Amino acid sequence: MIPEIGHFALILALSLAVCQGVLPLVGAHRDNAALMSVARSTSFGQFFFVAVSFGCLIWAFVNDDFSVLYVAKNSQLLLPTPYKVSAVWSAHEGSLLMWILILAIWTAAVAKFSSGIPLKLIARVIGVLGLLSVGFLLFALLTSNPFERLIPAAIDGADLNPLLQDPGLAIHPPILYIGYVGFSVAFAFAIAAMISGDLDQNWARWTRPWTVVAWLFLTIGIALGSWWAYYELGWGGWWFWDPVENASFMPWLIGTALIHSLAVTERRGLFKSWTLLLAITAFSLSLLGTFLVRSGIIVSVHAFATDPTRGFFILTFLAIVVIGALVLYAWRAPALDSTVGFSPLSRETFLLLNNVLLVIATTLVLLGTLAPLIVEMLNGGKISIGAPWFQIAFLVPMIPLVLLLGLGMHTAWRKQNPGPWMRLLRLPAIAAVIIGVVLPLMFYGRVSLMLIIGCGAAAWIVISSLIQPVRSWCRKEGATGITRSALGMCIAHLGMGVFVIGVTITSAFGIESDRAMRIGETLEVAGLQFEFRELREVQGPNYTAIEGVLEVRDGGEFIGTVRPQKRQYLVQKNWMTEAGIHPTWNKDLFVALGDQIGDGVWSVRIQYKPLIRFIWIGAFIMAMGGLVTVTDRRYRKTVK
Amino acid sequence: MNRYLLPLLAVIVMIPIMVLGLGSDPSNLPSQYIGKPAPDFNLPMLTDPSRTVSTADLKGQVSLVNIWATWCVGCRAEHGFLMDLANSDIIPIYAINWRDNRPDALKFLSQLGNPYTASGFDGDGRVGIDWGVYGAPETFLINSEGMVVYRFTGPLNRMLWEQEFIPRIAELTN
Amino acid sequence: MKRLLSMLMLVFFATSVIAIDSGQAFDDPDLQARYEKLIAEVRCVTCQNQNIKDSSAFIAADLRREIRRMMGEGLSNDQIADFLVTRYGDFALYRPRYTGKTLILWITPFLLVFFGGIVIARIVRHRMTLSIDEVSDEGGPAQ
Repeated sequence: MIPEIGHFALILALSLAVCQGVLPLVGAHRDNAALMSVARSTSFGQFFFVAVSFGCLIWAFVNDDFSVLYVAKNSQLLLPTPYKVSAVWSAHEGSLLMWILILAIWTAAVAKFSSGIPLKLIARVIGVLGLLSVGFLLFALLTSNPFERLIPAAIDGADLNPLLQDPGLAIHPPILYIGYVGFSVAFAFAIAAMISGDLDQNWARWTRPWTVVAWLFLTIGIALGSWWAYYELGWGGWWFWDPVENASFMPWLIGTALIHSLAVTERRGLFKSWTLLLAITAFSLSLLGTFLVRSGIIVSVHAFATDPTRGFFILTFLAIVVIGALVLYAWRAPALDSTVGFSPLSRETFLLLNNVLLVIATTLVLLGTLAPLIVEMLNGGKISIGAPWFQIAFLVPMIPLVLLLGLGMHTAWRKQNPGPWMRLLRLPAIAAVIIGVVLPLMFYGRVSLMLIIGCGAAAWIVISSLIQPVRSWCRKEGATGITRSALGMCIAHLGMGVFVIGVTITSAFGIESDRAMRIGETLEVAGLQFEFRELREVQGPNYTAIEGVLEVRDGGEFIGTVRPQKRQYLVQKNWMTEAGIHPTWNKDLFVALGDQIGDGVWSVRIQYKPLIRFIWIGAFIMAMGGLVTVTDRRYRKTVK
Repeated sequence: MNRYLLPLLAVIVMIPIMVLGLGSDPSNLPSQYIGKPAPDFNLPMLTDPSRTVSTADLKGQVSLVNIWATWCVGCRAEHGFLMDLANSDIIPIYAINWRDNRPDALKFLSQLGNPYTASGFDGDGRVGIDWGVYGAPETFLINSEGMVVYRFTGPLNRMLWEQEFIPRIAELTN
Repeated sequence: MKRLLSMLMLVFFATSVIAIDSGQAFDDPDLQARYEKLIAEVRCVTCQNQNIKDSSAFIAADLRREIRRMMGEGLSNDQIADFLVTRYGDFALYRPRYTGKTLILWITPFLLVFFGGIVIARIVRHRMTLSIDEVSDEGGPAQ
């Protein structure tokens, strides 16, 4: 019964979405206030019914309703309840419903928190979001119904993939989707502006906070995914340039360019067509990511098992949305060119550089992801493009960007006098170079050109980001000092610096050691002694495991114990590696158990990962910086 | 005006590529040896280790080389069809028993029948790598000069045989 | 159907347990380091996008064994790459070759940055000529 309610609620949501999509847009075209105000109420209504539907699906999982096919495929009686909930979005149909729910939440939020925005604009924005909802709801109802029945019902389910039975991976998709889907708001604002032909500084001011919130969730979502891959997948890596990872990274890169471009449009009315194009591209890349993961077109451990018919549907939807938006762009963008200028040394120039370099980086990631497909289509055979290429290609635009970051932050709008600028930045620049040489040498014993660039750039960004906040604090400016917007920018850039140092140090100085170890034996890695004490059997709620116990010592001093496991889940029977990690603030000791090679002899992977936590801490700080910017007073201004 | 059309044009170009991509199977790896001589091998015969099976045996007639193992589910699935094929005497089927256990393999053949003219035992998988094998079962079509004409990955059945192999064999014998 | 069966077959090989190289490490640490770097760049031909260093599929173990043998015989990385490409094609290498059709892949990043620079120069040169003093509506905040 409940699943049928869920199904019916979706159909109701679809009909409301159609109203929400069509009526306000018609109303805006005809200046009909009554039709335009339908936007808000229908969006709340759609949200209600989608939430009901999602609730029904959760109910079905928590109550072990194996007469629902989707539940039977992805859950199991012994599955701990939190994972029964996260199993809802573990496969295609449920994650699609979650996409729809999150889109409905964003739309309702826009409807609720837009009192300062003119009715015509908001009607168009909500209308466009409504049309997007219609597309997704149709996709779900026509091809991917999560409430499909299984008759006769299964006695027990096929279990959630053990890889997904983990808290990090349970929340990673929702947070990621909040980011992905959130870019639809910027997209809707862009379409609304193109329909009306009006794009001014107010528009940028209204669009910006929505975009920053989406961006910061995407930042956290990607960081969570990376952190999860590190501790769960057992090989100690944190980014593999897998097509699905790239699919989430590309919207992030463009989203970053977008929030910076919006800053220019808000401040000076420039870069309007850049901002439009970036808004269209960010959401298009989100849609492209959805397509790639579900279509079967790429090979990845992350890909949802699904079929080409669904892929075809998404591709058609993607084509309609993107081509429609770009046609509007080609029509409206030429008229948007403003006639103000800026001098070569100005913040505008730096932000232009920022835009271009981020677009180049995104293009390269897209190229690397799709090139194997393109080459195959052109009958060039099958090639692989993996981490070795991506790492080098990505650094080509990113190294200049990272160096320019520190300069741009302190450059005035319109025209910056070189004198004071150089005086301000000269010392930090020299300090950064010195740190770039000294840090790796002193703490890790080695230095190279790449290390100087990496550590130097990180130091440069960190010092540069601290200049404004520290000055403001020293002057005891309090409430009149640095704005939240500026403070947020400094924090976000600081986070970037922390990220860069984490990546540089862990890549250069990480040590990995695959060895055969006998129980009782001690192995030395990175100057520390790892003693393989014992092996024992452990019982979990829905798995049995073999656990290795290793003690780590430095000289004679005891550091900690790590307990790597090999788990066998009761239903799916495949073996999972759970790494044993000993984390400290400046390094991780990472141990994973391999196969038993002989009697009492096991293959063991021991890794030393210096500063690896800085990678995710840096990302988190970036996201927090974004959060601080959004709370700036000027976003609560009402329209005059 | 024209530069604003560029993004649209770029997308329009990408779409057919995606559509084509939807139709293809990303996990299928084409063989590197199509049109080239079959890689050299010289393996002890599975049924009689004192004798050998080698590339020389492939010369002089059109033949099949089947890669199989007892742990491979698909091999079990196609075995029935291979027996039919062998009994109809159209084409000799040579085999490479890949990464298997000799007693298990012999038991398999004695229980389910032996469709192979000769089966080479590749215990350590070296020959499998030389042939570019990436998943059993695989079936290679070899011409009378010992060159690889075609490779099929996956379990064979009558329908696939008629679709993929019969036309190619007909071409070779003409 | 054929696709489903081959997928089942592939699932059989790919598991979620990491592979740890249980073979003997080279005595020469430089050789061992070169080996570890190389196997991270070779693709496991049956897996869902993994290198042979991390994959637990037996083909990955076989390939590692062959590479270890070749390195022990003194073959260079290029020669080992040739060995793999002859058998599995360019698909087996995660680092696209520096020659032939994949050369363009290595040049593209630099080409893009070069053209990006030209675009920026043109825009800046144009904006330089325009007035920087304008009435901005919605007066800007301190930022």
